[in-house]
Amino acid sequence: MTHSLSADYNRRAFLGKTAQGLGSVALASLAAPALLQGATSLGVLRNLPLPQKAKRVIWLSMAGGPSHLETFDPKPKLAEMHGEAMPESFTKGQQLAQLQGQKLNCFAPQHEFQKFGKNQTEICGLLPQIGSVLDEICLVRSMTTDAINHDPAHMFMNTGSQIAGRPSMGAWVTYGLGSEAANLPGFVVLTSLGKGGQNQPIAARQWSSGFLPSRFQGVQLRSKGDPVLYLGTPAGMKLEQQGADIDAINALNKQHSHLVNDPEIATRIAQYEMAFQMQASVPELMDVTGESASTLELYGCAPGDGSFAANCLLARRLAERGVRFIQLYHKDWDHHGGIKDGVALKAQEIDRACMALITDLKQRGMLESTLIVWAGEFGRTPMSQGGSGRDHHNKAMSVWLAGGGVRGGLVYGATDELGYAAVENVATVHDLHATMLHQLGIQHESFTVKFQGLDAKLSGVEGGKVLKDILT
Amino acid sequence: MNSLPLFRIVLAAIFTTAGQLAAVPPAGKVEFNRDVRPILSDNCFYCHGPDQNHRKAKLRLDVREGALEKKAFVPGNAQASELLKRLAATDPDEVMPPPDSNKKLTADQKETLKRWIQQGGEYQAHWSYVAPTKETTAPNLHPIDTLVQKRLAALNLRPSVEADRRTLVRRLYSDLIGLPPTSEEVLAFVNDTAPDAYARLVERILGSRHYGERMALGWLDVVRFADTIGYHSDTPRNVWPYRDWVINSFNTNKRFDRFTLEQVAGDLLPDANDETRVGSAFNRLILSTEEGGAQAKDYELRMLTDRVRAIGATWLGQTTGCAQCHDHKFDPFTTKDFYSLGAFFADIKEPIIGKREEGMPLPSPVETEKLAAFAAKEKQRREALEADTQERRASQGHWEETLASGPVDVPWTPLHPLKLHGDRGSKFSQNEEEIVTVLADGSAAADTYFITLKTPPGLTTGFKLEALSSESLPQKGPGLSPNGNFILNQFSIKDGDKVLKITEASATFEQKGFPAKLAIDPKSATDPKKGWSAFGNELRDSCLYVELEKPVEGERTLTILLKQIAGDHQTLGRFRLLATSVPAPIRAPAVQFPADILATVAIPSEKRSTAQKNALAKHFRAVSPEFASHRSALSHIVAEKAEFEKTLTRCLISVSTETKRTVRIFPRGNFLDETGEVVKAALPHYLPQPKIEGREPNRLDLAQWLVSRENPLTARTVMNRMWKQFFGTGLSKVLDDLGAQGEPPPNAALLDWLACEFMDSGWDIKHMVRTIVSSQTYKQTSTAPLQLTAADPNNREFARQSAFRMEAELVRDNALSIAGLLVPKIGGPSSKPYQPERYWENLNFPVREYAADKDENQYRRGLYTWWQRSFLHPSMLAFDAPSREECCAERNRSNIPQQALVLLNDPTYVESARAFAASILKDCRGDASKRIQWAFQRALQRDPRADELKTIRALFEKHLWTYKGDLKSADALLQTGLSPVPEGLEKSELAAWFHVARVLLNLHETITRA
Repeated sequence: MTHSLSADYNRRAFLGKTAQGLGSVALASLAAPALLQGATSLGVLRNLPLPQKAKRVIWLSMAGGPSHLETFDPKPKLAEMHGEAMPESFTKGQQLAQLQGQKLNCFAPQHEFQKFGKNQTEICGLLPQIGSVLDEICLVRSMTTDAINHDPAHMFMNTGSQIAGRPSMGAWVTYGLGSEAANLPGFVVLTSLGKGGQNQPIAARQWSSGFLPSRFQGVQLRSKGDPVLYLGTPAGMKLEQQGADIDAINALNKQHSHLVNDPEIATRIAQYEMAFQMQASVPELMDVTGESASTLELYGCAPGDGSFAANCLLARRLAERGVRFIQLYHKDWDHHGGIKDGVALKAQEIDRACMALITDLKQRGMLESTLIVWAGEFGRTPMSQGGSGRDHHNKAMSVWLAGGGVRGGLVYGATDELGYAAVENVATVHDLHATMLHQLGIQHESFTVKFQGLDAKLSGVEGGKVLKDILT
Repeated sequence: MNSLPLFRIVLAAIFTTAGQLAAVPPAGKVEFNRDVRPILSDNCFYCHGPDQNHRKAKLRLDVREGALEKKAFVPGNAQASELLKRLAATDPDEVMPPPDSNKKLTADQKETLKRWIQQGGEYQAHWSYVAPTKETTAPNLHPIDTLVQKRLAALNLRPSVEADRRTLVRRLYSDLIGLPPTSEEVLAFVNDTAPDAYARLVERILGSRHYGERMALGWLDVVRFADTIGYHSDTPRNVWPYRDWVINSFNTNKRFDRFTLEQVAGDLLPDANDETRVGSAFNRLILSTEEGGAQAKDYELRMLTDRVRAIGATWLGQTTGCAQCHDHKFDPFTTKDFYSLGAFFADIKEPIIGKREEGMPLPSPVETEKLAAFAAKEKQRREALEADTQERRASQGHWEETLASGPVDVPWTPLHPLKLHGDRGSKFSQNEEEIVTVLADGSAAADTYFITLKTPPGLTTGFKLEALSSESLPQKGPGLSPNGNFILNQFSIKDGDKVLKITEASATFEQKGFPAKLAIDPKSATDPKKGWSAFGNELRDSCLYVELEKPVEGERTLTILLKQIAGDHQTLGRFRLLATSVPAPIRAPAVQFPADILATVAIPSEKRSTAQKNALAKHFRAVSPEFASHRSALSHIVAEKAEFEKTLTRCLISVSTETKRTVRIFPRGNFLDETGEVVKAALPHYLPQPKIEGREPNRLDLAQWLVSRENPLTARTVMNRMWKQFFGTGLSKVLDDLGAQGEPPPNAALLDWLACEFMDSGWDIKHMVRTIVSSQTYKQTSTAPLQLTAADPNNREFARQSAFRMEAELVRDNALSIAGLLVPKIGGPSSKPYQPERYWENLNFPVREYAADKDENQYRRGLYTWWQRSFLHPSMLAFDAPSREECCAERNRSNIPQQALVLLNDPTYVESARAFAASILKDCRGDASKRIQWAFQRALQRDPRADELKTIRALFEKHLWTYKGDLKSADALLQTGLSPVPEGLEKSELAAWFHVARVLLNLHETITRA
């Protein structure tokens, strides 16, 4: 069932052989590009209102809710107060998840922090590789979110709304800008599991196109089996046989289009061509054997091991091929208990890979045009849960950005002395979306689509603001 | 190459004239609803509309009095009107809409407003809030045709010719049953020259039992029917009987008013029965969560809003979601209306967080008989146990005397562990009191302890496990988890390989939700969340008592297994095992001697109340050894009955409780803000109200109101959706919003006629389907001349039919049907077609493996597909089936590469092509051309054209040549799918025909309803 195409298959030879079929489609698409929007990749925004600093986004979703207190937000005061009751002035009337109604005690940060970069910024000592590129990174310590359970919080982070049915940010961006990838989807999703066993579920709605046309939905690339669902030709069938069938399908569809006046047929023909091209281009993308030893060493991954690091390498390959929005999920950040070991394990899994992605893009001259965002769906409480963990928390979280015209080495915003709530330059998810769109050259307030009577937008009805201070 | 001119022309048609009809500035009288309201709503109402909290300059333009009071315009004098001055202003502080709104009026729109004011600036009530009226139509012409053609004449358009007969019959099959006709059926209709041939065909198809399946598709979308709960773990729930209820309702042509009543209030109807209760599962189709950290208040609000949105979308054609946080910006729907509508559902009994109940059992007649037999047996055995005899009274008297001294535990002997072993490496120490301590550094996050020991001489009837606290344990224990907790998922005893049966487990303390009984329930052995826990016991030490079915005789070496799989070190840190020889029952003292029983015993028998006497007699029978055999006989039948009941089909239904949830307005939708007004159930204030006095209206009132003649919205909403099913677009194109931001239907008279006819007919769905498909408008060809597509590119005036790709489910049904694989069974549990491996890998709690059906369920129609909300079957998703997390009145109709990949490579379609190919070879005798012709007839019910025949023949010969030289590949190709490859067919030939079949199944024409 899963005969993937060999990477070295000579597509040009195939096209040459069957020029009569696909060749005419290609001509048709030249003549009427707008009819083939499904196959090519124009966005609705043709003249961008703002300068485009970033051409693409790589969004690293740390699923489960990383603790800011064990990663990017040092809180010595919290360490001092370890075991003492959390002052009620902080917590009264606040949303709590599992700690609801329980006794709230301060819980010290479980790992030492160290200084990195030219500004000697303190981050967790378990993240020395990220520390080594901290001058490329803009750290936002004052992020907040509305939701406090995983599923709604992911939805909020991805779509700006907690209600299902809204387009995810990747869909919005490709809808607006289209994609430069000729033979790949414009919005690609990769997931990896953590080894700690707290892998929260992620629903496909997180990369849904919502009320936007389906072609803007994220396509998940899988590390095992067909990388794209149904990409492999049936067992026993060679690629050229698949090509011959597609050729015949397209020929008959074209003949049919002479009789009926239905523009969908031209699109259908183009989509079969696109599907066929994906059968060659996706395996070629996934095959990292051509990467140099030094690159593989930089990321610290074995080819195709499905790790976060392997996905970071794929993200770079996708970026090179013009994919507009690349979203990686790394799971297992939900440390209700055993946070000390849990975060240490996560740090091992992501530290080198994040550094490698930034370094690799930089050495290829792509970092400036690629916006990288690292964010969970919420932060975690400074209060202890069960003596070894932290609960979900939406008043404070740390996220970081790199490349794409953000100011490296900057720390933006701050939480209070216990890390409970963002108090300085408080930022919202809407702000993060607005800022991302701004860097892509899109004015977030006017980038709207009519839905249920409203001008729906990614940055929400309440509106977000561009975080101008973090931009170059 | 010769296709270029066509492409150019189509392109020109789309890009030069799109929306031309809609944008024509109205000549003559400007009509507020049609011409003015859309402009004001889109550009002005956001700040000058119904939402009083957001209104700027206290000016509202949605009400004429409001506009005049603030002198927004002077009727009849455009020159003097502030409104127009502001629209024309250039000063950023003056101009309206303000620059930061990103809104701008076109010159046409400004002109329309000017003329409207000039003509007097009259308002109209919003079209859909006024009762529809039925225009009188000519008696000799179909009313639909009359009303369509009236518009066409005004627009200088002419209706198209009738489609050819093959297209008509194919269209009817697709629209009414969703399956293709056979070529014989097409031929029969083509050759039927009787004047009533079409009418008879319609009646025949309407009588098919597949009609209900086809009609159910849209309904299941709009009510968001799915097999799983939606949030987080997205686990299954029992609702599929509701899907069958929908199918049956359409098949029996249940009147739409009754159909509505049963769904919203099927449990409250005076004639409520199992069927109407299954209908009331509608109220349970919401999303819910089993996430541990979820907060009840949060989800209580989510569930309420989910239901309000569903009523809005399904019946009222109103977008209500925004009113959760603020008054509607465009429609008169207020926040209070929103929560008051939600309050109708405050009576529904349900958990807010956590697993849904199993639901109402729906036994078949045979199962009902079996249940009765169980009940009779149970009654008989219960009576045997409960019988009151002189002897038993005397014996009870003796027993009461032994109780007088209070609750005492029976004697226990500590057992010496001969061997201690932790499956995951826990290390132990033991002391002279036989207390076992788990060494902290050696303990695993989850482990099973194996304790080998020897029973004392004589009988052993039960065991006790003491979970002991200690200063050295976290929070003093007795567990090793940071909060001192443990969860014992399974307590079991082995004698060699034999497992000793335990009949009862009780404990001195049980955490809520973690009773002792779970520790001997086999299901807990694999479920980390199930087991005995004593968390919260302030006395710290807790004991578990287990009773053996058969006593162990003499000294025997046994192994006791303590399985603890919850993780996070929720394992015992210190414990001891003991044995007793006292005859059963072996219970924790608190269970054996509950305080109320001891208190009753202390009362002289003549002073005891009847209730006390009964309780005492009951408890005596529950614990005294002399009733052991009676108890066991009874518990046996109870267990057997429970096992049987688990096999019954069940469905979540609405159950009303007296203790309604309090519903309050949450300011800005914030569930933590409890300062909002408490509201009672009430209907939206701006719509006609029913007369209900002296009581709060309930769900039945709501349901009756939805389908009352006075309600102006329901019939229009339903007919608008129905129109879309038969024409591809609604009369108002926004199916879920008939409010100000929706689209006033270009042909409002037609929508109103349909709505009135629908109500006049007694809400008869089949009548309306018949009426629509009998019109000439429906029968037109969808292949329109270019000047028509240029004039009306989106076919809003219906001067032609529309061609569109079939719905996801029908794409599947069509292929299986052509292949001869379709199993046309109606109803039953959802089916699981082939699905790529690990497609569910991102699901968790628990991790799940998808098991595709291996029987006839593999070949069921698409609408029976298991609807996993967070990961809908990828083939369904590719063809735009909605996840049904939200109500969906309108599906996308996309055209994406994934659709090509599905039709080419999904095993369902590969197998379909193989089965179709086998059929071409077996069922048609003749040369390749003859067979190709036969295949075209089967797939498309027409002969191939010469060019098609040539292309397909060449393809066939090319593949045949390849496979003749590569039989191995042919063999491999034919392996896909469960259905057997027929014997006696030449493999290379079958493989070559496979490609022909595959091409036909992939054609645009094959998946298009024209």
